[in-house]
Amino acid sequence: MNTAAAALTKLPSHRDVVYELRSVSKTFALRRIQALDKVDLRLERGSFSSVIGSSGCGKSTLLKIMAGLQSPSSGSVVLAGTPVMGTRRDIGMMFQHATLFPWRTTLENIVLPIEIRDGKHAARAKHEDARRLLELVGLKGFENVYPNELSGGMAQRAAICRMLITEPEVLLLDEPFSALDELSRDFMNMELQRICMAREATAFLVTHSIPEAVILSDTVYVMRPRPGRVVEEVPIDLPRPRTLDMITTPRFGALVEHIRSRLDKEAL
Amino acid sequence: MSATDLNDGLGEGSASTIVDTVWTEETSWLDRVPRAVSMLALFLAFLAVWQVVTMLGIISPIIMPTPAEVGRDLVTVALNLLAGDYMLGAMWITAKEVFFGFAIAITVGFSLGVLVGETSFGERAVMPYLVAIDTMPKIAFAPLFVAWLGFDIASKVALAAFIATFPIIVGTAAGLHAADTNARMLFKTMGASRWQTLVKLKLPTGLPHFFTGLKIGSVGVMAGAITGEFLGGGKGFGELIRVAASMLDTPRVFSLILYLSLIGLALFAFVNWVQRHFVFWHKARVAQSD
Ligand SMILES: Nc1ncnc2c1ncn2[C@@H]1O[C@H](COP(=O)(O)OP(=O)(O)O)[C@@H](O)[C@H]1O
Ligand SMILES: [Mg+2]
Repeated sequence: MNTAAAALTKLPSHRDVVYELRSVSKTFALRRIQALDKVDLRLERGSFSSVIGSSGCGKSTLLKIMAGLQSPSSGSVVLAGTPVMGTRRDIGMMFQHATLFPWRTTLENIVLPIEIRDGKHAARAKHEDARRLLELVGLKGFENVYPNELSGGMAQRAAICRMLITEPEVLLLDEPFSALDELSRDFMNMELQRICMAREATAFLVTHSIPEAVILSDTVYVMRPRPGRVVEEVPIDLPRPRTLDMITTPRFGALVEHIRSRLDKEAL
Repeated sequence: MSATDLNDGLGEGSASTIVDTVWTEETSWLDRVPRAVSMLALFLAFLAVWQVVTMLGIISPIIMPTPAEVGRDLVTVALNLLAGDYMLGAMWITAKEVFFGFAIAITVGFSLGVLVGETSFGERAVMPYLVAIDTMPKIAFAPLFVAWLGFDIASKVALAAFIATFPIIVGTAAGLHAADTNARMLFKTMGASRWQTLVKLKLPTGLPHFFTGLKIGSVGVMAGAITGEFLGGGKGFGELIRVAASMLDTPRVFSLILYLSLIGLALFAFVNWVQRHFVFWHKARVAQSD
């Protein structure tokens, strides 16, 4: 076994690129809004990236294009070597609202993606996996509870399980915790980090909270509106695993300050 | 404990003066009367006014019988019904019309509702016609149904179904539009087919709307059956009412109407029961928001 080669592959610069966006633009025909202008992105396998920008600058549009929910007006999106044309099985998504279905128990909600993909029988076979996931996010014992009885944070945790049940290659997260109160939000962010590290998942997070982006990411993409474009790629060199204590360190403060200054210029 | 400490710390007043500040919001005495009592009181007051007005001869007894007369007739009709006499037969006929009318309305209404709510062909081409027909006074079609289907039960079933179908179409179609963009997007990311999205997302989401349509329809189906009997004869309850009215037997008309409403009530209660059984999550959500 070649130890040198093994060591090389572990270096971040040699990690392979999972997602590649080349000069992706999007113009909405209606009122001719240019939502995205020549966005380039390269996400490495196992990395955590965030995109931050004011609301309306095209973050969700970017995510939808990456997920294959919308087509770009021009440019290319490639995931794991194949172009994204329509929705894909190797993508897991999460939105601001948990969107659990009230007529299904928590467990049934979690296996829904399997049920849709492979049928009821396959979904039942995944119940054991779903239970393990519930345990992972601290929802053990809530398998047969209906979503109406879950709090906002619990519902989002169930939504995480639903996203993970198909073992997706990439996680696309659109402000997943922005509807939660700050305490739950911090907690959920740490949970998210733990889950991503444990599964070596590639994650892409949309947020408008600078501290959230910094604490979670290896790279933060700063977006500016009208038209939406990435103006800077900020590498976050804080050590892993990140902890909430890091928020008070000078390095964290400096990174937040830097990103804020890049955003503020466009607020005019 | 800590409250007294605090109080002492302030060095003012004595700890023994602390009283529980339990208080309730004031409500008017009328709102505090139990529901059953207020309903009964209102009913008795209504009867009293009715009795007084008729006794004083303000209204001719032929037009308006006294409550006592109606009460006596209610007993007569009840005895006839219980004995399984001709009135029970008439009620059975009307119940059958209502049942078949409702069954047809649900089948046709649901199918058309899915067509209109799910396909853009339905929404753009079919819906305008349905709206146009819906705005017509549907009862005016009764003579046509009689001409086409005869004086038997079929013409009444048709009119009842015709009236009840539209609210069910509207309820179904509205329900199919009720799923929000997030849920649709989620289904899209999961790679759901159109059929799966319909069955696993849109239909369950739309159930409360569908049941609202059913409830409105259940009222319409009664009106349709009775109107059909008024205009097309037959041997149903509507015919009994018509005959009683033509003989100026107003107490009988009143008591027949009351018994007739039992069919409507039973139908409505049944729909309500089915809804609570199938849309269990909706009730839970309402309770939570209280
Ligand atoms: N389907 C659409 N049709 C027309 N305009 C849209 C559509 N979706 C988004 N937009 C516009 O594109 C811009 C970016 O929207 P979005 O990506 O949702 O922003 P963000 O998620 O950053 O808040 C906004 O100006 C929005 O009004
Ligand atoms: Mg957004």
